[in-house]
Amino acid sequence: MGIIRKQIVQESNNTMASYSTNEFKRGLKVMLDGDPAAIIENEFVKPGKGQAFNRVKLRNLKTGRVIERTFKSGESIEAADVVETEMQYLYNDGEAWHFMDQETFEQVAADEIVVADAKPWLKEQDICTITLWNGAPLSVTPPNHVILKVVETEPGVRGDTATGGNKPATLETGAVVQVPLFVNEGELIKVDTRTGEYVSRVRE
Amino acid sequence: MNWQPKTTLQVLQLRAALLAQIRGFFAAHHVLEVETPILSSAANTDPQVENFTTTFAGPDAAQGRQLYLHTSPEFPMKRLLAAGSGPVYQICKVFRQGEAGRYHNPEFTMLEWYRPGFSHHQLMDEVEQLTRLLLAQLDLGKSEYLSYQQAFEQYAGLDPHQANCEQLISCAEQHGLKGVTGLAKQDRDDWLNLLMSHVIQPRLGQQRLTFIFDYPASQAALARICPTNPLVAERFELFLQGVELANGFRELTDAAEQQRRFLEELQQRAHNGQTATPMDENLLAALNYGLPDCAGVAVGVDRLLMLSSGASEISEVLSFPIGRA
Repeated sequence: MGIIRKQIVQESNNTMASYSTNEFKRGLKVMLDGDPAAIIENEFVKPGKGQAFNRVKLRNLKTGRVIERTFKSGESIEAADVVETEMQYLYNDGEAWHFMDQETFEQVAADEIVVADAKPWLKEQDICTITLWNGAPLSVTPPNHVILKVVETEPGVRGDTATGGNKPATLETGAVVQVPLFVNEGELIKVDTRTGEYVSRVRE
Repeated sequence: MNWQPKTTLQVLQLRAALLAQIRGFFAAHHVLEVETPILSSAANTDPQVENFTTTFAGPDAAQGRQLYLHTSPEFPMKRLLAAGSGPVYQICKVFRQGEAGRYHNPEFTMLEWYRPGFSHHQLMDEVEQLTRLLLAQLDLGKSEYLSYQQAFEQYAGLDPHQANCEQLISCAEQHGLKGVTGLAKQDRDDWLNLLMSHVIQPRLGQQRLTFIFDYPASQAALARICPTNPLVAERFELFLQGVELANGFRELTDAAEQQRRFLEELQQRAHNGQTATPMDENLLAALNYGLPDCAGVAVGVDRLLMLSSGASEISEVLSFPIGRA
């Protein structure tokens, strides 16, 4: 993983890569107004007689905002040096969250804006997906499922494993999730980070 | 390998039925079905349309002879008209370099026909008649007929014949089209095309056929300039559900004017850095001999099929779209 990423970075640095509208496709990373962006949708628009255009939807990778842009077909746009890589979450020093590439032992620090929505799910030693732009972290995606300890919740209702009913539980990372009534403090639970929902109890 | 067809048997059957209906319609109207060459020594000079090229090597062409795949059967069909064919139609594959997308495949099926003695308004009536027949299951409301000017006034709030480039650009910006990459400020027709394709067209033909007629003279293509209003060309298009279905002309019959337009397009090509393409001298000779006063139209058969089958992409109605060709 680390080696592949290095090659891509080197290539784009050497050639100042750019993409013509004919190369546009979903997922392509480009520079738009000085920010890295990913193409979400690309539509070829052409009247029988008249100029061809590419109507493109992009996501600004710094702000997450979706932008619509139209390009005269045949135009080019600068490529963004954006790569995704897996890194291990190490620790938070109060200001930054530190991650490490497990093959190269290279470390990066992400600030609060970058960590953003991932913050409540970051547990030390978990493997996260880090999006890097020019080598600096742009966003952090936690694993789809994380196992976290319940540090605070109302006392459990013994035996009540069948009927519904939920209660809030605070987890070791500070995240609050809705859990079934039978879950107790000190127990480990599995949470889906994409929905923020409880999945199951986990035996230690 | 993606050896399997992209479309369904149902759509294949629908296409066959559609083609049979078209042939039945023209047989009943005494319009002759013809075929013309797909390979041509001349090409389309329009800078907005790119030609596929190939090479013939054989008798009389030992060194190889460059040929172009037609982008429309228009020129040879006009040669037939000049030779006295009377009304003619053709269903054929045409080829356009670089065009692929939701509504485009680089080769597609075109229906094209010519009516000597018809005005462009009479031909629009016939297009409506045929389209209603082919899309009978769609429950279309009363058709709408708008001039290009009316459509711009209604949907963009400006007069396309009078507005200057700054006004067109600010109108585009008001409609969310900011910073269009690659469009030069002074390319007036490109801005008109942008507004047409991004702002106006998506709203045309909602549950009904919308005909737009009398395009700006600068977008005449092969249409005659209106004798009473030099601002407009006698050209029309048909839209349904925001999709461009047909393009028609009261045909230009003046050989000198046709040659002037060819040369202008070649000049534009050179200016854009595009390859020069040989203009059709045979067409010019036919026009010199005498093309009967006529109107002609081209209809995209695959798009008709898309609308009639509810497909959202052209690839759904092609047996093997370019990705599987």
